[in-house]
Amino acid sequence: MNKEELLSKLKTIIAPYVQNQEALKNLTENTDFIKDLEINSANLVDVILDVEDEFDIEIDNEAMEKMLTVKASIEVIENKLAIK
Amino acid sequence: MVVHFKSRVLKKEDIIQKLPYSKPFLFVDEIIEIDEDHIKGSYTFLSDEYFYNGHFKDNPITPGVILTECMAQIGLACFGIYLLKGKWDQGEWSVAMTSNEMNFNKPVFPEEKVMVVADKVYFRFNKLKCNVSMYNTDHILVAKGIVAGIAFQK
Repeated sequence: MNKEELLSKLKTIIAPYVQNQEALKNLTENTDFIKDLEINSANLVDVILDVEDEFDIEIDNEAMEKMLTVKASIEVIENKLAIK
Repeated sequence: MVVHFKSRVLKKEDIIQKLPYSKPFLFVDEIIEIDEDHIKGSYTFLSDEYFYNGHFKDNPITPGVILTECMAQIGLACFGIYLLKGKWDQGEWSVAMTSNEMNFNKPVFPEEKVMVVADKVYFRFNKLKCNVSMYNTDHILVAKGIVAGIAFQK
């Protein structure tokens, strides 16, 4: 899976939890889930669970705490996919 | 040699003691059943609950937000404290309801007893999400929906 595919899948996953639609339209690697997309911290858990299902990976506490931006999330997903 | 472990399974009565609520905002009397997957609890609304004065004028009916609160106190707070297995400490932890979606079928009047059943959807990263239902003493569905909440260290 290349980065564009991964980003596209991630965008689909986060879309239902995003409060700021404008920020979603202008999504970049540096987009912050809480600050820019206005996802609440409880819904970040739903994002993580949906990521686990979509990519068939398991996210632990340590990885979860990192996944606050698009870039960090892609890195975590890539790492988990690599060790699968 | 006998090794005594500190019990990790909380007793039903102990959970209510650990709740971060008090009157007039405690809406749990009893936990009837609890395990890893579900909880069942009850509350009887008193005739003089503070909100009956204004909801409604000369026509006391339990507000939907209070029914939701009752379901959250049983289905999220009590259940969550149980699922946290001894990690919960009222001095250090707090809870917050983070979302709910509820449908109401029947009114609840003063002095009515309600039964709340919550089934775990998931408990991950200290977030608990449950399908909840509330029944009256005639076993008629009063309200049904989804609640979610999070426990966090203050």
